[in-house]
Amino acid sequence: MPDSFFTHSPEWRWWIVFYFFIGGIAGGAFALSALLRLFGQPGDRPISRLGYFIAFPGSIISGLLLILDLKRPERFWHMLIQSETFRPAFKWWSPISVGSWGLLAFGFFSFLAFVGALAEIGWLPRGLSGLIQGSLGAVVNVLGGVSGFFLAGYTGVLLSTTNRPLWSDTVWLGLLFLVSGFSTGAALLLLLSWGRNTPTIRWLKELDTWTLVLELVVLVILLASVGTAVLRPVLFNAWGVLLLVGVVLVGILVPILLHFRPVLGRLTVPSAAVLVLVGGFILRVVMLLSSEAV
Amino acid sequence: MAEPMGFFTDTSVCIGCKACEVACKAWNQLPARNGGKVQLSGISYDNTVSLSGIQWRHVKFIEDFAPDRSTGRWLMMSDVCKHCVQAACLEVCPTGAIIRTEFDTVVIQQDVCNGCRACIAACPFGVIEINPETNTAMKCTLCYDRLQAGMVPACAQACPTHSIQFGPISELRQRAQERLEQLHAAGVTQARLYGHDESILGGLNAFYLLLDEPEKYGLPSNPQLPSRNLAPSAALSAAGAVALGLLGLVGLRKQRMDRLAAEERGQGEGSHAG
Repeated sequence: MPDSFFTHSPEWRWWIVFYFFIGGIAGGAFALSALLRLFGQPGDRPISRLGYFIAFPGSIISGLLLILDLKRPERFWHMLIQSETFRPAFKWWSPISVGSWGLLAFGFFSFLAFVGALAEIGWLPRGLSGLIQGSLGAVVNVLGGVSGFFLAGYTGVLLSTTNRPLWSDTVWLGLLFLVSGFSTGAALLLLLSWGRNTPTIRWLKELDTWTLVLELVVLVILLASVGTAVLRPVLFNAWGVLLLVGVVLVGILVPILLHFRPVLGRLTVPSAAVLVLVGGFILRVVMLLSSEAV
Repeated sequence: MAEPMGFFTDTSVCIGCKACEVACKAWNQLPARNGGKVQLSGISYDNTVSLSGIQWRHVKFIEDFAPDRSTGRWLMMSDVCKHCVQAACLEVCPTGAIIRTEFDTVVIQQDVCNGCRACIAACPFGVIEINPETNTAMKCTLCYDRLQAGMVPACAQACPTHSIQFGPISELRQRAQERLEQLHAAGVTQARLYGHDESILGGLNAFYLLLDEPEKYGLPSNPQLPSRNLAPSAALSAAGAVALGLLGLVGLRKQRMDRLAAEERGQGEGSHAG
Protein backbone atom coordinates (compact mmCIF):
# COMPACT_ATOMS: atom_id res chain seq x y z
CA MET A 1 0.00 0.00 0.00
CA PRO A 2 1.37 3.49 -0.81
CA ASP A 3 2.62 5.36 2.25
CA SER A 4 0.05 8.14 1.82
CA PHE A 5 -2.74 5.71 2.78
CA PHE A 6 -1.64 5.47 6.42
CA THR A 7 -2.74 9.04 7.14
CA HIS A 8 -5.93 10.63 8.49
CA SER A 9 -8.22 12.97 6.59
CA PRO A 10 -8.05 16.67 7.58
CA GLU A 11 -11.70 16.95 6.54
CA TRP A 12 -11.17 19.92 4.27
CA ARG A 13 -14.53 19.83 2.55
CA TRP A 14 -17.06 22.29 1.05
CA TRP A 15 -15.77 25.56 2.57
CA ILE A 16 -12.37 24.73 1.11
CA VAL A 17 -13.80 23.56 -2.24
CA PHE A 18 -15.54 26.94 -2.62
CA TYR A 19 -12.45 28.80 -1.41
CA PHE A 20 -10.20 27.08 -3.95
CA PHE A 21 -12.74 27.84 -6.70
CA ILE A 22 -13.45 31.47 -5.78
CA GLY A 23 -9.85 32.25 -4.86
CA GLY A 24 -8.74 30.84 -8.22
CA ILE A 25 -11.24 33.00 -10.10
CA ALA A 26 -10.34 36.12 -8.12
CA GLY A 27 -6.60 35.60 -8.61
CA GLY A 28 -6.97 34.72 -12.29
CA ALA A 29 -9.28 37.68 -12.99
CA PHE A 30 -6.86 40.12 -11.36
CA ALA A 31 -3.88 38.68 -13.22
CA LEU A 32 -5.75 39.12 -16.52
CA SER A 33 -6.73 42.68 -15.61
CA ALA A 34 -3.15 43.47 -14.68
CA LEU A 35 -1.93 42.14 -18.04
CA LEU A 36 -4.47 44.33 -19.85
CA ARG A 37 -3.51 47.41 -17.81
CA LEU A 38 0.23 46.96 -18.13
CA PHE A 39 0.44 45.87 -21.75
CA GLY A 40 -2.97 46.57 -23.32
CA GLN A 41 -4.72 49.53 -24.91
CA PRO A 42 -7.14 52.12 -23.50
CA GLY A 43 -9.93 50.10 -25.15
CA ASP A 44 -9.11 47.19 -22.80
CA ARG A 45 -9.97 49.22 -19.68
CA PRO A 46 -13.65 48.22 -19.27
CA ILE A 47 -12.72 44.52 -19.11
CA SER A 48 -9.80 45.14 -16.77
CA ARG A 49 -12.13 47.10 -14.46
CA LEU A 50 -14.47 44.12 -14.50
CA GLY A 51 -11.56 41.98 -13.33
CA TYR A 52 -10.94 44.33 -10.39
CA PHE A 53 -14.65 44.25 -9.52
CA ILE A 54 -14.43 40.44 -9.37
CA ALA A 55 -11.09 40.22 -7.56
CA PHE A 56 -11.74 42.26 -4.41
CA PRO A 57 -15.10 40.69 -3.44
CA GLY A 58 -13.50 37.34 -4.30
CA SER A 59 -10.67 37.99 -1.83
CA ILE A 60 -13.16 38.94 0.92
CA ILE A 61 -15.26 35.82 0.31
CA SER A 62 -12.05 33.73 0.26
CA GLY A 63 -10.98 35.04 3.66
CA LEU A 64 -14.43 34.41 5.13
CA LEU A 65 -14.54 30.86 3.78
CA LEU A 66 -11.13 30.11 5.28
CA ILE A 67 -12.19 31.48 8.66
CA LEU A 68 -15.41 29.46 8.57
CA ASP A 69 -13.43 26.30 7.88
CA LEU A 70 -11.32 26.69 11.04
CA LYS A 71 -12.45 24.65 14.01
CA ARG A 72 -11.70 27.70 16.17
CA PRO A 73 -12.65 30.58 13.83
CA GLU A 74 -12.16 33.21 16.57
CA ARG A 75 -8.46 32.35 16.46
CA PHE A 76 -8.06 33.07 12.72
CA TRP A 77 -5.58 35.83 13.51
CA HIS A 78 -3.13 33.24 14.86
CA MET A 79 -2.33 32.60 11.18
CA LEU A 80 -0.75 36.07 10.95
CA ILE A 81 0.18 37.07 14.49
CA GLN A 82 1.76 34.88 17.16
CA SER A 83 -0.76 34.79 19.97
CA GLU A 84 1.89 34.67 22.71
CA THR A 85 4.30 37.36 21.53
CA PHE A 86 2.16 39.35 19.06
CA ARG A 87 4.97 39.15 16.56
CA PRO A 88 4.22 38.25 12.92
CA ALA A 89 3.69 34.50 12.39
CA PHE A 90 5.40 33.54 9.16
CA LYS A 91 6.89 30.22 8.03
CA TRP A 92 8.03 30.26 4.41
CA TRP A 93 8.04 26.47 4.33
CA SER A 94 4.40 26.18 5.47
CA PRO A 95 2.02 26.81 2.52
CA ILE A 96 -0.87 27.71 4.85
CA SER A 97 1.30 30.34 6.53
CA VAL A 98 2.55 31.79 3.25
CA GLY A 99 -0.95 31.51 1.79
CA SER A 100 -2.46 33.52 4.66
CA TRP A 101 -0.03 36.36 3.99
CA GLY A 102 -0.52 35.96 0.24
CA LEU A 103 -4.30 36.27 0.59
CA LEU A 104 -3.82 39.34 2.81
CA ALA A 105 -1.54 40.92 0.19
CA PHE A 106 -3.95 40.04 -2.59
CA GLY A 107 -6.84 41.51 -0.60
CA PHE A 108 -4.86 44.73 -0.13
CA PHE A 109 -3.89 45.20 -3.78
CA SER A 110 -7.27 44.10 -5.10
CA PHE A 111 -8.88 46.63 -2.73
CA LEU A 112 -6.69 49.41 -4.11
CA ALA A 113 -7.55 48.39 -7.68
CA PHE A 114 -11.24 48.13 -6.75
CA VAL A 115 -11.18 51.70 -5.42
CA GLY A 116 -9.28 52.84 -8.53
CA ALA A 117 -11.84 51.20 -10.80
CA LEU A 118 -14.75 52.82 -8.94
CA ALA A 119 -12.99 56.17 -9.35
CA GLU A 120 -12.52 55.55 -13.06
CA ILE A 121 -16.27 55.12 -13.58
CA GLY A 122 -16.99 58.20 -11.49
CA TRP A 123 -18.37 56.55 -8.34
CA LEU A 124 -15.47 57.86 -6.27
CA PRO A 125 -13.33 61.02 -6.65
CA ARG A 126 -11.47 60.88 -9.99
CA GLY A 127 -8.12 61.38 -8.32
CA LEU A 128 -8.28 57.88 -6.89
CA SER A 129 -8.14 56.40 -10.39
CA GLY A 130 -4.37 56.90 -10.06
CA LEU A 131 -4.43 53.64 -8.11
CA ILE A 132 -4.77 51.77 -11.41
CA GLN A 133 -3.21 54.31 -13.75
CA GLY A 134 0.27 55.74 -14.20
CA SER A 135 3.26 54.61 -12.19
CA LEU A 136 1.31 53.93 -8.97
CA GLY A 137 -1.16 51.90 -11.01
CA ALA A 138 1.71 49.91 -12.50
CA VAL A 139 2.98 49.05 -9.01
CA VAL A 140 -0.52 48.01 -7.86
CA ASN A 141 -1.00 45.93 -10.99
CA VAL A 142 2.38 44.20 -10.85
CA LEU A 143 2.14 43.33 -7.14
CA GLY A 144 -1.57 42.51 -7.36
CA GLY A 145 -1.02 40.40 -10.47
CA VAL A 146 1.79 38.44 -8.83
CA SER A 147 -0.30 37.87 -5.69
CA GLY A 148 -3.25 36.92 -7.92
CA PHE A 149 -1.18 34.26 -9.66
CA PHE A 150 0.02 33.15 -6.23
CA LEU A 151 -3.52 32.86 -4.86
CA ALA A 152 -4.64 30.79 -7.83
CA GLY A 153 -1.74 28.34 -7.56
CA TYR A 154 -0.62 28.03 -3.93
CA THR A 155 -3.73 26.05 -3.00
CA GLY A 156 -2.53 23.13 -5.10
CA VAL A 157 0.98 23.44 -3.65
CA LEU A 158 -0.63 23.34 -0.19
CA LEU A 159 -2.35 20.06 -0.98
CA SER A 160 0.87 18.56 -2.34
CA THR A 161 2.71 19.61 0.82
CA THR A 162 0.89 17.01 2.93
CA ASN A 163 1.10 13.24 3.20
CA ARG A 164 -2.42 12.51 1.92
CA PRO A 165 -3.35 10.17 -0.97
CA LEU A 166 -3.35 11.79 -4.41
CA TRP A 167 -2.39 15.26 -3.12
CA SER A 168 1.08 14.32 -1.92
CA ASP A 169 1.59 11.74 -4.66
CA THR A 170 2.10 14.46 -7.29
CA VAL A 171 3.78 17.85 -7.59
CA TRP A 172 1.51 19.02 -10.43
CA LEU A 173 -1.56 20.13 -8.42
CA GLY A 174 -0.30 23.69 -7.93
CA LEU A 175 0.19 24.18 -11.65
CA LEU A 176 -3.18 22.58 -12.43
CA PHE A 177 -5.03 24.88 -10.01
CA LEU A 178 -3.12 27.90 -11.32
CA VAL A 179 -4.08 27.17 -14.92
CA SER A 180 -7.65 26.40 -13.89
CA GLY A 181 -7.85 29.64 -11.88
CA PHE A 182 -6.67 31.57 -14.94
CA SER A 183 -9.19 29.86 -17.24
CA THR A 184 -12.13 30.26 -14.82
CA GLY A 185 -11.16 33.91 -14.24
CA ALA A 186 -11.20 34.48 -18.01
CA ALA A 187 -14.49 32.58 -18.29
CA LEU A 188 -16.20 34.76 -15.68
CA LEU A 189 -14.94 37.90 -17.43
CA LEU A 190 -16.33 36.58 -20.73
CA LEU A 191 -19.65 35.67 -19.12
CA LEU A 192 -20.05 39.10 -17.51
CA SER A 193 -19.20 40.87 -20.79
CA TRP A 194 -21.80 38.90 -22.73
CA GLY A 195 -22.91 40.72 -25.86
CA ARG A 196 -19.73 42.73 -26.37
CA ASN A 197 -17.42 41.90 -29.27
CA THR A 198 -14.35 44.00 -28.74
CA PRO A 199 -10.70 43.08 -29.45
CA THR A 200 -10.33 42.51 -25.69
CA ILE A 201 -13.10 39.90 -25.74
CA ARG A 202 -11.48 38.16 -28.71
CA TRP A 203 -8.16 38.16 -26.83
CA LEU A 204 -9.84 36.67 -23.78
CA LYS A 205 -11.56 33.96 -25.84
CA GLU A 206 -8.31 33.03 -27.56
CA LEU A 207 -6.39 33.04 -24.28
CA ASP A 208 -9.03 30.95 -22.50
CA THR A 209 -8.94 28.35 -25.28
CA TRP A 210 -5.16 27.94 -25.08
CA THR A 211 -5.33 27.88 -21.29
CA LEU A 212 -7.86 25.04 -21.47
CA VAL A 213 -5.54 23.09 -23.77
CA LEU A 214 -2.73 23.64 -21.26
CA GLU A 215 -5.04 22.56 -18.41
CA LEU A 216 -5.82 19.31 -20.21
CA VAL A 217 -2.12 18.61 -20.77
CA VAL A 218 -1.28 19.32 -17.12
CA LEU A 219 -4.18 17.13 -15.93
CA VAL A 220 -2.95 14.21 -18.03
CA ILE A 221 0.62 14.62 -16.75
CA LEU A 222 -0.68 14.86 -13.18
CA LEU A 223 -2.65 11.63 -13.44
CA ALA A 224 0.32 9.87 -15.04
CA SER A 225 2.61 11.11 -12.26
CA VAL A 226 0.35 9.72 -9.54
CA GLY A 227 0.55 6.11 -10.69
CA THR A 228 -2.05 3.35 -10.66
CA ALA A 229 -1.36 2.19 -7.09
CA VAL A 230 -2.88 5.47 -5.89
CA LEU A 231 -5.30 6.11 -8.76
CA ARG A 232 -7.02 2.74 -8.38
CA PRO A 233 -8.46 3.34 -4.88
CA VAL A 234 -8.86 7.12 -5.26
CA LEU A 235 -10.10 7.77 -8.79
CA PHE A 236 -11.06 4.44 -10.38
CA ASN A 237 -14.60 4.98 -9.09
CA ALA A 238 -17.40 7.57 -9.30
CA TRP A 239 -14.89 10.39 -8.62
CA GLY A 240 -12.94 9.38 -11.72
CA VAL A 241 -16.11 9.37 -13.80
CA LEU A 242 -16.94 12.84 -12.48
CA LEU A 243 -13.43 13.99 -13.39
CA LEU A 244 -13.72 12.63 -16.92
CA VAL A 245 -17.24 13.86 -17.60
CA GLY A 246 -17.41 17.02 -15.49
CA VAL A 247 -13.91 18.35 -16.00
CA VAL A 248 -12.38 16.84 -19.14
CA LEU A 249 -15.51 16.67 -21.29
CA VAL A 250 -17.81 19.43 -19.98
CA GLY A 251 -15.20 21.81 -18.62
CA ILE A 252 -12.44 21.51 -21.22
CA LEU A 253 -13.23 19.66 -24.46
CA VAL A 254 -16.72 21.08 -25.14
CA PRO A 255 -15.64 24.71 -24.50
CA ILE A 256 -12.63 24.22 -26.82
CA LEU A 257 -14.94 22.75 -29.45
CA LEU A 258 -17.33 25.68 -29.03
CA HIS A 259 -14.45 28.07 -29.59
CA PHE A 260 -13.65 26.56 -32.97
CA ARG A 261 -17.27 25.80 -33.94
CA PRO A 262 -19.64 28.45 -32.54
CA VAL A 263 -22.71 26.29 -33.12
CA LEU A 264 -24.86 28.08 -30.54
CA GLY A 265 -24.74 31.49 -32.25
CA ARG A 266 -24.63 34.38 -29.78
CA LEU A 267 -25.05 31.91 -26.91
CA THR A 268 -21.77 30.20 -27.79
CA VAL A 269 -19.43 32.39 -25.73
CA PRO A 270 -21.53 32.52 -22.54
CA SER A 271 -22.31 28.81 -22.81
CA ALA A 272 -18.63 27.95 -23.11
CA ALA A 273 -17.85 30.28 -20.20
CA VAL A 274 -20.45 28.62 -17.98
CA LEU A 275 -19.08 25.19 -18.85
CA VAL A 276 -15.52 26.29 -18.02
CA LEU A 277 -16.74 27.56 -14.64
CA VAL A 278 -18.63 24.34 -13.98
CA GLY A 279 -15.54 22.30 -14.94
CA GLY A 280 -13.29 24.43 -12.71
CA PHE A 281 -15.61 23.87 -9.77
CA ILE A 282 -15.85 20.12 -10.34
CA LEU A 283 -12.05 19.96 -10.62
CA ARG A 284 -11.75 21.31 -7.06
CA VAL A 285 -14.53 19.00 -5.85
CA VAL A 286 -12.87 15.88 -7.29
CA MET A 287 -9.31 16.74 -6.28
CA LEU A 288 -10.31 17.51 -2.70
CA LEU A 289 -13.11 15.10 -1.93
CA SER A 290 -11.79 12.00 -3.73
CA SER A 291 -8.76 12.05 -1.43
CA GLU A 292 -10.91 12.84 1.59
CA ALA A 293 -13.03 9.78 0.81
CA VAL A 294 -10.08 7.40 1.17
CA MET B 1 17.88 21.03 27.01
CA ALA B 2 17.20 17.84 28.90
CA GLU B 3 18.17 14.53 27.40
CA PRO B 4 15.84 13.34 24.57
CA MET B 5 13.21 11.08 26.13
CA GLY B 6 10.78 8.68 24.52
CA PHE B 7 9.12 5.31 24.29
CA PHE B 8 10.40 1.95 23.13
CA THR B 9 7.37 -0.25 22.46
CA ASP B 10 8.22 -3.94 22.29
CA THR B 11 5.19 -5.43 20.52
CA SER B 12 6.43 -8.99 21.14
CA VAL B 13 5.28 -8.77 24.76
CA CYS B 14 2.08 -6.75 24.30
CA ILE B 15 -0.93 -8.74 25.55
CA GLY B 16 -3.61 -6.30 24.38
CA CYS B 17 -4.83 -5.48 27.89
CA LYS B 18 -5.38 -1.81 27.01
CA ALA B 19 -4.12 -0.62 30.37
CA CYS B 20 -2.15 2.01 28.45
CA GLU B 21 -5.32 3.32 26.78
CA VAL B 22 -7.13 3.55 30.10
CA ALA B 23 -4.21 5.16 31.92
CA CYS B 24 -3.79 7.71 29.12
CA LYS B 25 -7.49 8.59 29.16
CA ALA B 26 -7.57 8.84 32.93
CA TRP B 27 -4.49 11.04 33.30
CA ASN B 28 -5.25 13.31 30.36
CA GLN B 29 -8.99 13.48 31.16
CA LEU B 30 -9.97 12.43 27.65
CA PRO B 31 -13.63 11.67 26.93
CA ALA B 32 -14.95 8.27 25.85
CA ARG B 33 -15.89 7.53 22.24
CA ASN B 34 -19.55 7.80 21.23
CA GLY B 35 -20.37 9.61 24.43
CA GLY B 36 -19.56 6.47 26.39
CA LYS B 37 -22.07 4.27 24.52
CA VAL B 38 -20.83 0.75 23.76
CA GLN B 39 -20.34 0.35 20.03
CA LEU B 40 -18.60 -2.68 18.55
CA SER B 41 -16.22 -1.91 15.70
CA GLY B 42 -16.15 -5.38 14.17
CA ILE B 43 -12.33 -5.19 14.09
CA SER B 44 -11.20 -8.06 16.29
CA TYR B 45 -11.14 -6.98 19.96
CA ASP B 46 -10.48 -3.40 18.96
CA ASN B 47 -13.29 -1.02 19.86
CA THR B 48 -11.31 2.19 19.94
CA VAL B 49 -10.47 1.82 16.22
CA SER B 50 -7.63 4.32 15.77
CA LEU B 51 -5.62 7.11 17.29
CA SER B 52 -7.61 10.34 17.44
CA GLY B 53 -8.03 13.63 19.26
CA ILE B 54 -9.51 11.75 22.23
CA GLN B 55 -7.53 8.52 21.83
CA TRP B 56 -3.81 9.15 22.29
CA ARG B 57 -2.91 5.50 22.85
CA HIS B 58 -4.49 2.82 20.70
CA VAL B 59 -3.93 -0.93 20.97
CA LYS B 60 -4.08 -2.61 17.58
CA PHE B 61 -5.29 -6.20 17.29
CA ILE B 62 -4.05 -7.68 14.03
CA GLU B 63 -5.45 -11.11 13.20
CA ASP B 64 -2.77 -12.62 10.97
CA PHE B 65 -4.25 -15.82 9.56
CA ALA B 66 -3.35 -17.82 6.45
CA PRO B 67 -6.18 -17.91 3.88
CA ASP B 68 -6.80 -21.60 4.65
CA ARG B 69 -6.66 -20.87 8.42
CA SER B 70 -3.91 -23.51 8.81
CA THR B 71 -1.69 -21.02 10.62
CA GLY B 72 -2.58 -17.93 12.55
CA ARG B 73 -1.38 -15.49 15.16
CA TRP B 74 -2.46 -12.31 16.85
CA LEU B 75 -0.17 -9.32 16.56
CA MET B 76 -0.75 -6.64 19.14
CA MET B 77 0.73 -3.18 19.27
CA SER B 78 0.12 -0.13 21.39
CA ASP B 79 0.30 2.75 18.92
CA VAL B 80 1.09 6.33 19.85
CA CYS B 81 2.48 9.61 18.45
CA LYS B 82 6.02 8.93 17.24
CA HIS B 83 7.42 12.30 18.44
CA CYS B 84 9.51 12.37 15.24
CA VAL B 85 12.87 14.13 15.32
CA GLN B 86 11.84 15.65 11.97
CA ALA B 87 8.14 16.16 12.67
CA ALA B 88 5.78 16.71 9.72
CA CYS B 89 3.09 18.27 11.93
CA LEU B 90 5.50 20.77 13.43
CA GLU B 91 6.82 21.60 9.97
CA VAL B 92 3.47 22.62 8.47
CA CYS B 93 1.74 24.18 11.51
CA PRO B 94 1.15 27.82 10.50
CA THR B 95 0.35 29.20 13.96
CA GLY B 96 3.34 27.92 15.89
CA ALA B 97 0.98 25.89 18.07
CA ILE B 98 3.14 22.78 17.65
CA ILE B 99 6.43 22.99 19.51
CA ARG B 100 9.40 20.81 20.36
CA THR B 101 9.92 20.55 24.09
CA GLU B 102 13.10 20.36 26.14
CA PHE B 103 12.65 16.56 26.14
CA ASP B 104 12.78 16.49 22.29
CA THR B 105 9.08 15.57 22.23
CA VAL B 106 6.41 17.25 20.10
CA VAL B 107 3.47 19.00 21.80
CA ILE B 108 0.43 20.92 20.49
CA GLN B 109 -0.25 24.04 22.54
CA GLN B 110 -4.00 24.02 23.01
CA ASP B 111 -4.33 27.76 23.58
CA VAL B 112 -2.68 28.50 20.22
CA CYS B 113 -4.13 25.87 17.83
CA ASN B 114 -6.94 27.30 15.68
CA GLY B 115 -8.04 24.00 14.14
CA CYS B 116 -6.78 24.47 10.56
CA ARG B 117 -5.98 20.72 10.39
CA ALA B 118 -2.76 21.11 8.37
CA CYS B 119 -1.04 18.84 10.91
CA ILE B 120 -3.64 16.10 10.38
CA ALA B 121 -2.95 16.01 6.62
CA ALA B 122 0.80 16.18 7.22
CA CYS B 123 1.28 13.42 9.81
CA PRO B 124 2.43 10.32 7.89
CA PHE B 125 1.18 8.03 10.67
CA GLY B 126 -2.41 9.29 11.03
CA VAL B 127 -1.85 10.24 14.66
CA ILE B 128 -3.55 13.63 15.02
CA GLU B 129 -7.24 14.49 14.91
CA ILE B 130 -9.54 17.18 16.22
CA ASN B 131 -10.85 16.75 19.76
CA PRO B 132 -14.57 17.54 19.37
CA GLU B 133 -14.75 18.93 22.93
CA THR B 134 -12.09 21.59 22.41
CA ASN B 135 -12.18 21.86 18.60
CA THR B 136 -8.39 21.83 18.54
CA ALA B 137 -5.92 19.28 17.18
CA MET B 138 -4.80 16.82 19.83
CA LYS B 139 -2.41 13.93 20.26
CA CYS B 140 -0.11 12.34 22.81
CA THR B 141 2.03 14.89 24.68
CA LEU B 142 4.26 12.13 26.03
CA CYS B 143 2.76 13.31 29.33
CA TYR B 144 4.66 16.60 29.17
CA ASP B 145 3.18 17.61 32.52
CA ARG B 146 4.37 14.40 34.17
CA LEU B 147 7.82 14.67 32.58
CA GLN B 148 8.21 18.19 33.93
CA ALA B 149 7.48 16.77 37.39
CA GLY B 150 10.02 13.98 36.92
CA MET B 151 7.34 11.29 36.51
CA VAL B 152 6.96 8.45 34.02
CA PRO B 153 4.22 8.86 31.35
CA ALA B 154 0.93 7.28 32.42
CA CYS B 155 0.86 4.56 29.74
CA ALA B 156 4.37 3.30 30.45
CA GLN B 157 3.64 3.36 34.16
CA ALA B 158 0.50 1.23 33.65
CA CYS B 159 1.91 -1.31 31.16
CA PRO B 160 2.08 -4.64 33.04
CA THR B 161 4.40 -6.44 30.59
CA HIS B 162 6.93 -3.64 29.97
CA SER B 163 5.85 -3.59 26.34
CA ILE B 164 5.91 0.22 26.68
CA GLN B 165 9.25 1.34 28.07
CA PHE B 166 10.07 4.95 28.85
CA GLY B 167 13.48 6.53 29.22
CA PRO B 168 16.33 8.40 27.58
CA ILE B 169 16.42 7.59 23.85
CA SER B 170 20.07 6.47 23.89
CA GLU B 171 19.33 3.97 26.66
CA LEU B 172 16.14 2.73 24.98
CA ARG B 173 18.00 2.14 21.70
CA GLN B 174 20.54 0.00 23.47
CA ARG B 175 17.81 -1.96 25.22
CA ALA B 176 15.93 -2.45 21.92
CA GLN B 177 19.05 -3.75 20.19
CA GLU B 178 19.64 -6.28 22.96
CA ARG B 179 16.02 -7.47 22.79
CA LEU B 180 16.24 -7.78 19.00
CA GLU B 181 19.37 -9.91 19.26
CA GLN B 182 17.66 -12.05 21.89
CA LEU B 183 14.66 -12.65 19.59
CA HIS B 184 16.84 -13.39 16.56
CA ALA B 185 18.82 -15.90 18.65
CA ALA B 186 15.53 -17.52 19.64
CA GLY B 187 14.64 -17.96 15.96
CA VAL B 188 12.21 -15.04 15.60
CA THR B 189 13.95 -13.89 12.45
CA GLN B 190 11.14 -11.59 11.33
CA ALA B 191 11.65 -9.34 14.36
CA ARG B 192 12.87 -5.87 13.46
CA LEU B 193 13.16 -2.37 14.87
CA TYR B 194 11.19 0.52 13.39
CA GLY B 195 12.23 4.14 13.85
CA HIS B 196 15.18 3.39 16.14
CA ASP B 197 17.70 5.15 13.90
CA GLU B 198 17.85 8.27 11.73
CA SER B 199 16.56 6.50 8.59
CA ILE B 200 12.92 7.31 9.42
CA LEU B 201 12.30 11.06 9.80
CA GLY B 202 15.57 11.58 11.61
CA GLY B 203 14.55 9.01 14.20
CA LEU B 204 11.31 8.36 16.07
CA ASN B 205 11.32 9.20 19.77
CA ALA B 206 8.60 6.57 20.09
CA PHE B 207 10.03 3.58 18.25
CA TYR B 208 9.03 -0.06 17.98
CA LEU B 209 10.09 -3.64 17.89
CA LEU B 210 7.83 -5.34 15.34
CA LEU B 211 7.37 -9.00 14.50
CA ASP B 212 6.61 -8.43 10.82
CA GLU B 213 6.70 -5.77 8.10
CA PRO B 214 5.62 -2.27 9.20
CA GLU B 215 2.65 -2.29 6.77
CA LYS B 216 1.13 -5.23 8.64
CA TYR B 217 0.93 -2.97 11.71
CA GLY B 218 -0.49 -0.05 9.69
CA LEU B 219 2.83 1.77 9.65
CA PRO B 220 4.25 3.32 6.43
CA SER B 221 7.51 1.76 5.29
CA ASN B 222 9.07 5.03 4.18
CA PRO B 223 7.31 8.01 5.79
CA GLN B 224 8.48 11.38 4.56
CA LEU B 225 8.19 15.07 5.33
CA PRO B 226 5.51 17.02 3.41
CA SER B 227 8.13 19.62 2.44
CA ARG B 228 9.68 17.16 -0.03
CA ASN B 229 7.05 18.37 -2.54
CA LEU B 230 7.25 22.07 -1.74
CA ALA B 231 10.10 23.20 -4.01
CA PRO B 232 9.16 21.21 -7.15
CA SER B 233 5.46 22.04 -6.78
CA ALA B 234 6.12 25.76 -6.23
CA ALA B 235 8.63 25.87 -9.10
CA LEU B 236 6.16 24.28 -11.51
CA SER B 237 3.47 26.75 -10.46
CA ALA B 238 5.83 29.71 -10.87
CA ALA B 239 6.84 28.46 -14.33
CA GLY B 240 3.15 28.11 -15.18
CA ALA B 241 2.47 31.69 -14.08
CA VAL B 242 5.27 32.92 -16.35
CA ALA B 243 3.97 30.79 -19.24
CA LEU B 244 0.40 32.10 -18.82
CA GLY B 245 1.67 35.68 -18.61
CA LEU B 246 3.65 35.19 -21.83
CA LEU B 247 0.63 33.58 -23.49
CA GLY B 248 -1.38 36.69 -22.63
CA LEU B 249 1.36 39.01 -23.88
CA VAL B 250 1.70 37.16 -27.18
CA GLY B 251 -2.06 37.56 -27.67
CA LEU B 252 -1.95 41.27 -26.86
CA ARG B 253 0.99 41.77 -29.25
CA LYS B 254 -0.86 39.93 -32.01
CA GLN B 255 -3.90 42.10 -31.37
CA ARG B 256 -1.80 45.26 -31.65
CA MET B 257 -0.15 44.05 -34.89
CA ASP B 258 -3.57 43.28 -36.39
CA ARG B 259 -4.82 46.72 -35.47
CA LEU B 260 -1.74 48.46 -36.93
CA ALA B 261 -2.05 46.39 -40.11
CA ALA B 262 -5.73 47.34 -40.35
CA GLU B 263 -4.85 51.04 -39.85
CA GLU B 264 -2.15 50.86 -42.54
CA ARG B 265 -4.59 49.19 -44.91
CA GLY B 266 -7.11 51.90 -44.13
CA GLN B 267 -4.53 54.65 -44.79
CA GLY B 268 -3.44 52.93 -48.03
CA GLU B 269 -7.02 52.75 -49.24
CA GLY B 270 -7.51 56.35 -48.16
CA SER B 271 -4.47 57.58 -50.17
CA HIS B 272 -5.66 55.60 -53.24
CA ALA B 273 -9.04 57.19 -52.91
CA GLY B 274 -7.33 60.62 -52.57
